[in-house]
Amino acid sequence: MAWKIFLFILLAFVSVAGVAFPIVPVPHTWYEFPLIPGLKENAKIIFFHVPTAWLSVVAFLMSTIYSFRYLKNKNLDDDAKSYAAAQLGIIFTVLATVTGAVWAKFAWGSFWSWDPRQTSIFALLLIYGAWFALRSSIESEEKKATLSAVYSIIAFLTVPFFVFIMPRIMLGLHPGAEEIDPSKGRIVQSSSPVVDFKMNANMQLIFFLSLIGFTILYFWMWQLGYKSILYKDRINKHSIRD
Amino acid sequence: MNTKAYALYKKDFNSELRTRYAVNSLAMFIIVAISVILFSIGNEKISQSLTGGLFWVVIFFSAMSGLSRVFVSEEERGTSLALHLVAAPSTIFSGKLLFNVILVFCMNIIIAFLYSMLFEAFIIRNFSLFAVSFILGNIGLAVASTIIAAIISKAGAKGTLYPVLSFPILLPLILTSVQLTLLANQGAGFGDAKFELAIVFCYDVIILTGSYMLFDFVWKD
Repeated sequence: MAWKIFLFILLAFVSVAGVAFPIVPVPHTWYEFPLIPGLKENAKIIFFHVPTAWLSVVAFLMSTIYSFRYLKNKNLDDDAKSYAAAQLGIIFTVLATVTGAVWAKFAWGSFWSWDPRQTSIFALLLIYGAWFALRSSIESEEKKATLSAVYSIIAFLTVPFFVFIMPRIMLGLHPGAEEIDPSKGRIVQSSSPVVDFKMNANMQLIFFLSLIGFTILYFWMWQLGYKSILYKDRINKHSIRD
Repeated sequence: MNTKAYALYKKDFNSELRTRYAVNSLAMFIIVAISVILFSIGNEKISQSLTGGLFWVVIFFSAMSGLSRVFVSEEERGTSLALHLVAAPSTIFSGKLLFNVILVFCMNIIIAFLYSMLFEAFIIRNFSLFAVSFILGNIGLAVASTIIAAIISKAGAKGTLYPVLSFPILLPLILTSVQLTLLANQGAGFGDAKFELAIVFCYDVIILTGSYMLFDFVWKD
C-alpha cells in the first residue's frame, strides 16, 4: 500500500512540476527551467511525451519476451501476460503518437512529417493493430497464443531496422537527429533548437522522476491487467464445469 | 532433405501448371494495378521518385494477392496433415519458399519490364545496382510473405489478414528498396548505395533465420 501512496505523490508532483514550473532565461533556483530559443513552453512536452513513447516500446519488448516464454513452456499464463502488455502498449503508443502530433503542429508546423521516429511509431501502431487482428481471428486458445507469439517475435525482428537504421536513411527532427550541412554537403549533427535539445540538471531531475513514475504505473497496470485475464479464464472454466 | 524440398516444390509447380490459379490471378492483378495507375496519371508528367514508389506499391499488393496460396491451398484442400507425415517442418518451409521465390521473381521481372515500357520517367540508369537490389529485395519479400502465409493459413479471415500482417514486417524492406530503386534510376554507383544494400542484405538474413526457427511452432498444431 505504501508504494501506491508513493506513486501517487510522485506522479502528482511530476504532473504539477512538468506543467507549472516556470521557464526563465537564467535559472537560479531548482524549480526554474532554462529558456530554449525557438521552443519556449513547448519544451515541457518532454516530461510526458517521452515516457509514453518509452513505455510503448517497453510494452512491446515485454510482450515479445512473454511470447518467447510461451513458445518455450506452453503455459497460457505467459500468453495472458503478453496480451496484457500489448493492451497497455497500444494505449501508450496512441498516446505518444497523439501528443507528438499535436505538439509537432505547434513546434514544427505540421501534424506529421515522416521523421524516422514518427515512421517507427507508426510501424509500431501497425504491428499492434495487426497483432490484435490476428488474435481476434483465431478461435482456439492454444493456437491463438502460438500464432500471435510467433508473429510478435517476427515483428520484433524488424525493430533494429527502425531504431538504428531508419534515422540514418531519413533525416530527422527529433533530438539527436542528423542533417545535411548545406555549406559542406555532408551529414552533420543538426543545430536546430529541437534537435540540439539539451536538458539542464533541473529538467533532468523532473524528466527522470516522470520516467520512473510512469514506468511504475505501467507495471502496476500490467499486473492488474494480466491478473484480471487469468481470473476471467478461471471463472469461465469454473462455469463450464458446473 | 533437399531432394524432398525440391519434390515439394515440383508438386506445387505441377498443381500450379494444372490449375494456373496463382499465375492467372497475379497476371490480371498486375495489369489492373498498373492500368489504374496509368489512368490516374493521365497526361501528367510524374517524377522519378514517384515512379520508384509506385513500382513497389504494385509489387507489394501483387505479392499480397498471390503469395499466400502456398499454405492456404494446403489448408483449404485439407492436405496439410499429409504433408505433416511426409516431411519435417523445415523441409516443408524450404519447398514452399522455393516456390514463392520463383513466383516473386517471375512476377517482379514482368512488373519491372512493364514499368520500363509504360512509364517514361522509369529509366534504369545503373542496371547492375538495380539488379542486385532487385534480387535482394525479392528474396526478402518472398521469405517474409512465406512465413506470414504460414501464420494466416491457420487463422480465419485469411484474405484480409494477409496484407495487414505483412505490411509492418515488410516496411523496412520496402522503404529501403524504394530508396535503392530511386538510386538505380538516378544512375548512382554502388558506393552511394552500399549502406542501403547492407540493410536489405541484413533484413534477408534476419528474416530467413527467424522464419526457419519459428516455422516449427506454426506448423505443429
